[in-house]
Amino acid sequence: MNFPILSSLILLPSVGALFLLFIKSDKEKSITVRYVALFTSLVNFFLSIYLWILFDQSTSDFQFVEDRIWIKNLINYKVGVDGISILFIILTTFITPLCIISINNSIKNRLREFLIAVLIMESFMIGVFCSLDLFVFYLFFEAGLIPMFLIIGIWGGVRRVYSAFKFFLFTLLGSVLMLIAIISIYWISGTTDVLKLYELGIDVKYQNLLWLAFFSSFAVKTPMWPVHTWLPDAHVEAPTAGSVLLAAILLKMAGYGFIRFSLGLFPAASEIFTPLIYTLSVIAIIFTSFIALMQEDMKKLIAYSSVAHMGFVTLGIFTIQQQGIEGGIIQMISHGLVSAALFLCVGVVYDRMHSRLIDTYGGIVSIIPKYSVLFMLFTLAALGLPGTSGFVGEFLILMGAFKDNFLVAVIASIGVIIGAAYMLWLYKRVVFGKLINSELKKMVDLDKSEFFILSCLAIPILVIGFYPDILINTIEVSIGDLIKVYNMNIMNK
Amino acid sequence: MINLSLVFPEIFLSLSIMFLLILGVFKKNSSKLIQNTSLIVLLITAAITFNETLLIQQTYLFNNSVIIDYFSSFMKIVTLIASFLVLSISYNYIKIFKISKIEYPILILSSVLGMMVMISSNDLIVFYMGLELQSLALYVLASFNRDQLKSSEAGLKYFVLSALSSGLLLYGCSLIYGFAGSTNFDIIATQLNSSEYALTFGIVFILVGLAFKISAVPFHMWAPDVYEGSPTSVTLFFAIVPKIAALTVFIRFLYIPFLNLIDQWQMILVFISIASMLLGAIAAIGQTNLKRLIAYSSISHVGYALAGLATGSNDGIQSSVIYITIYILMNLGLFSCLLMLKRNDEYYEEIGDLSGLSKNHPLLSLSLLIILFSLAGIPPLAGFFAKFYIFKSVVEQSMYFLAIVGLLSTVVAAFYYLRIIKIMYFDKEKEKFDTDHSLWLRFSLIFSTLLILIYFIFPSQLIEVISRINII
Repeated sequence: MNFPILSSLILLPSVGALFLLFIKSDKEKSITVRYVALFTSLVNFFLSIYLWILFDQSTSDFQFVEDRIWIKNLINYKVGVDGISILFIILTTFITPLCIISINNSIKNRLREFLIAVLIMESFMIGVFCSLDLFVFYLFFEAGLIPMFLIIGIWGGVRRVYSAFKFFLFTLLGSVLMLIAIISIYWISGTTDVLKLYELGIDVKYQNLLWLAFFSSFAVKTPMWPVHTWLPDAHVEAPTAGSVLLAAILLKMAGYGFIRFSLGLFPAASEIFTPLIYTLSVIAIIFTSFIALMQEDMKKLIAYSSVAHMGFVTLGIFTIQQQGIEGGIIQMISHGLVSAALFLCVGVVYDRMHSRLIDTYGGIVSIIPKYSVLFMLFTLAALGLPGTSGFVGEFLILMGAFKDNFLVAVIASIGVIIGAAYMLWLYKRVVFGKLINSELKKMVDLDKSEFFILSCLAIPILVIGFYPDILINTIEVSIGDLIKVYNMNIMNK
Repeated sequence: MINLSLVFPEIFLSLSIMFLLILGVFKKNSSKLIQNTSLIVLLITAAITFNETLLIQQTYLFNNSVIIDYFSSFMKIVTLIASFLVLSISYNYIKIFKISKIEYPILILSSVLGMMVMISSNDLIVFYMGLELQSLALYVLASFNRDQLKSSEAGLKYFVLSALSSGLLLYGCSLIYGFAGSTNFDIIATQLNSSEYALTFGIVFILVGLAFKISAVPFHMWAPDVYEGSPTSVTLFFAIVPKIAALTVFIRFLYIPFLNLIDQWQMILVFISIASMLLGAIAAIGQTNLKRLIAYSSISHVGYALAGLATGSNDGIQSSVIYITIYILMNLGLFSCLLMLKRNDEYYEEIGDLSGLSKNHPLLSLSLLIILFSLAGIPPLAGFFAKFYIFKSVVEQSMYFLAIVGLLSTVVAAFYYLRIIKIMYFDKEKEKFDTDHSLWLRFSLIFSTLLILIYFIFPSQLIEVISRINII
């Protein structure tokens, strides 16, 4: 089949965005604009599902590969997917339409520009997950900064300028070192083609520095302790749809990068630096969980819980065990769905009360029951209750960790308990308790579109929770081969 | 017999300048006519250069004192087209400021002539002649709005400092002449050896003079004041056109007479480059005037272009040329935006004046957004590729320190570009600006923005054109 399905996936949202720029719309409601954006992202979603159906799960080879000369004698535009990347693409195309539906009332001014930014963002994110050339990867990875900067800065809350700058400069600082590393790889190996680099391998004596350069970029993006501080700021100030994009998709780029590049390209260095990752992950899990416990702002609490969850992800990835990496990926997908849902839940009450402080709420269970039920589901998914996707991820990660390092696994398990503590406490304070604030009585329950979005997110969370094979089947072979190659490289050394 | 057709562009340009001068003196109120004729002259000169000299083999003329090759022809064409665009978009500005005198386009033409001589020079004397011709015209241009205190100050400052640097440069030339016994670049190359300390002094003096002309740190002090004080139309010219010629001469100097002494000048160049990148990035943070900010940003960009030169490889030279070409494009767009900030015949140049621009002028601010992100070097815009080529050639020579400092200073520089974007997009809107812009101004803004935006689709084209430049 020669139809360039991946390039279409990348290009389609951008084309939609370009189209949005030119269509006329009524100033008041801008219905047309919204439908065009929604239509584009839905088409993209179905295209990605089609991709998943066509995808051959029995091999770890890259499929749907497109290889074109881009800069002569220097860089090829090369994209392709394997079991690992296809899930992230689907996550991206799944979350984007939900984001677009969710901005019903929250974004009042400059809706068109907002939708353009979201669609362009989608293009870049899909590009990140399917690029098979380091340079192309970097291009998409960095380019995502522009729309996100604007989303936080233009449509964000009170301290949005500070947050937008912090987000941009932190991530840029991390990434420029990766650019040097990519250029160095080109200079060392004569190519930036990931597949060729897998075959050739990179000389062990360079690996450590290169690994660190990539790490600096991914650590900021993940975000790992101690460079996580941009995330709570960015989340708190971003509009709901922005937070959803940020938590659900942007944070996954780094985890994906760790698997694809850190493990794949620099096995020897990964082996050396595993203790570093373990330490930082464990600190992230325990430390940020405690911080989350203390938060008074709901969004901030969820943001810190994201850091803790991403700590589990990095821990799982660097166990280099089949279960660990599978768990890491499922945890990322699950976190993508759950954190998106939680941010949307916060967005729902924020739209009504214009407050994100936990104190404002309390006892809303009798006023908005539908909301409370769904919110509970997502809270339980976030703390990893069996039957939800969060459990599968954390369980597999801890299993992998126990195989590799007992102590780390034990400490991480404590993190699970604290995680349950802050999530349940949050839920208790917001939903249960006495109804003190009389303003709350005016709140209306979920409207149709909100209910639709949250159920859309709830279904896959439950499906993955009960039947994780749907994901594991796709990633199993790719991860198996990744680990095989990894161990072979370590042996050879 | 010398083949004069190769210097026909220069001859044509000088004859046109004289003709226009006579025309301007004898015909009353002819400033508009002369402006338009100068534009045509620039285009014709570019066409002649393209036709006569672009594709010929490397040729020496006039006792080897003038060199015509692909590199010089390419740079001349870039200079001519850039000055054409600069002159065409600034017409409204000079009309409103009542400085649309006949001398204005003629001075620009003579400055361009000087640059063309510089670009083709293969001899210290010819080089100096071209340099002085362009500088003298620029002194006058800087103080062209003579009723304004700042403009006169800019002209005077530029004149005094530039004369000083020319003096240093001449002193360096005489030292070199003393050791090599000739002013010809090729002969100097064969005569020099690195054992003479005084020779190093000569090189340093020449580098100082050249660094001054392209406003590299630590010889940058004039740039912010001159950029701010000069009329914007002249600042635009300053920021774009002389950089091309000066960079060409820089390349020729370093890689023809002094290539064997690379150990002596490489460290100097690395230092100048790092200092320019860092100072340009850090000093720009505190600026409130857009023109001053552009001055510092251009200092920092010159630092990147010099980083390519410091590598001592052909790749490095090519990456510098690519960088300066893309830099011209970005600055053209930036100044087009600046020239659009006009309300009731008054131009605004403070950063605060941009406040909330995106509400009133969505397209203008979108273009400015793209240009600024490109200047900051964020992919997938053209500015990123320019930086990428530079760093690629720098890393190839294992100059990691330079690469890391350069990339870190892009992060610092990103801050002040973001600040402008913040003011445009996040702040409250002010009054609307005029929208009656000239066709050329619109054209140059759209042209440069689109090229910056879609450069990533066809990155090979520019490389192909520039990869034919082979100096070493």
